[in-house]
Amino acid sequence: MLNVGSLKEGFVLDHIKAGKSMEIYKYLGLDKLDCQVAIIKNAKSSKMGRKDIIKIECPIDVINLDILGYVDHNITVNIIHDSTIVDKKQLTLPKSIKNVLKCKNPRCITSIEQELDHIFYLTDEVKQVYRCKYCEEKFTN
Amino acid sequence: MRHLLNPLDFTVEETTKLLDLASDIEKNPAKYSEKCKGKKIATLFYEPSTRTRLSFEAAMLNLGGSVLGFSSASSSSASKGESVSDTIRMVSCYADICAMRHPKEGAPTVASMKSRIPVINAGDGGHQHPTQTLTDMMTIRSLKGRLDNLTIGLCGDLKFGRTVHSLIKSLVRYENIKFILISPKELKIPSYIREDVLDANNIPYEEVTHMEDKLKDLDILYMTRVQQERFFNEEEYIRLKDSYILDKEKMNLANEGMLVLHPLPRVNEISVEIDDDPRACYFKQVQYSVYVRMAIILTLLGLTDNN
Repeated sequence: MLNVGSLKEGFVLDHIKAGKSMEIYKYLGLDKLDCQVAIIKNAKSSKMGRKDIIKIECPIDVINLDILGYVDHNITVNIIHDSTIVDKKQLTLPKSIKNVLKCKNPRCITSIEQELDHIFYLTDEVKQVYRCKYCEEKFTN
Repeated sequence: MRHLLNPLDFTVEETTKLLDLASDIEKNPAKYSEKCKGKKIATLFYEPSTRTRLSFEAAMLNLGGSVLGFSSASSSSASKGESVSDTIRMVSCYADICAMRHPKEGAPTVASMKSRIPVINAGDGGHQHPTQTLTDMMTIRSLKGRLDNLTIGLCGDLKFGRTVHSLIKSLVRYENIKFILISPKELKIPSYIREDVLDANNIPYEEVTHMEDKLKDLDILYMTRVQQERFFNEEEYIRLKDSYILDKEKMNLANEGMLVLHPLPRVNEISVEIDDDPRACYFKQVQYSVYVRMAIILTLLGLTDNN
């Protein structure tokens, strides 16, 4: 196993589906943060066979992790403080998602007014359906 | 401050009150002729409309108020690139209430987020048209005497037909409602209506491609136009536009009490030969629309007798 140094403060996102880490990197806006980020791809996992891991060294209030519930609620989120795991965050589907997903409906007002926030609401928890706040179109990947 | 963006912004109880008020306006128009004296409505129409805009303007004039606005995007600052948010901030300084029609879905919602005056959605793309829905409901209630225990056929463009979406959302709140959805497969109702409204409320419905067999079962036949402006592809529009034409022959298959409604304008989907059939109620709908919009203006401005 590749060794990456331990964190003093921040998050370890474990049990990410192999190959999904770059997507999460983008969703969390990690490219915009001025902090150390380690992405480990295809790590060996007894539970999953292969998995991805992301380690983020940053103050724990800097990142909003709610979107992870939408991406994959099986991800384990370890919160690190003073180099020890102080909490494991339980992921649930966020009630709303702001400026992460983009509405693809060409008839939506967001298609012509670029400065508008793209906001999606959870309308069906069982089927994990999110709809645009403005046009109500279902988000599809 | 209240807006009317979606037909469900009013509860069933509030809808009943609003329709009662509209009926009272119909019976006693003089009682309401100065209720909005000194008030102004801005009609912000980013796409062409005859009925809806004139109906809003007639409604405000009937209430003793006045009217300002624009009737196309090209005659507004939208043509210079002004956003909906900026336009509504400006209009909030001039008027007491506004009605907005916009080709893009959700534009009135955006306006309501920045507005200091009540915003009425007068139709946004293929999305919602709540004031037409309340008109449709008043027509049905006035002519059928009820809004429950009805089998309603919706025919034509069910994909982009915003009046259809709004009407379904509203009527599922009443007891024993059944829908027959008549459309070509390319113009079937969108998933958010099928899944989140019909299925979620266990409403019985059938999706069919021919109307003939179903006409005898209907209490209401709600016809819609295949709207050229909703298509990106001209060829597809031409292929689908004549899918359903209601004529005398089809009306002979319908039951005696079936009402034919249409939000208008029609192109050729209802033959003029049935205009004199007592079951053809689409021009009565136009008259009811003014009473309903008067009631909406009074309600959103807090000028009903209860306030």
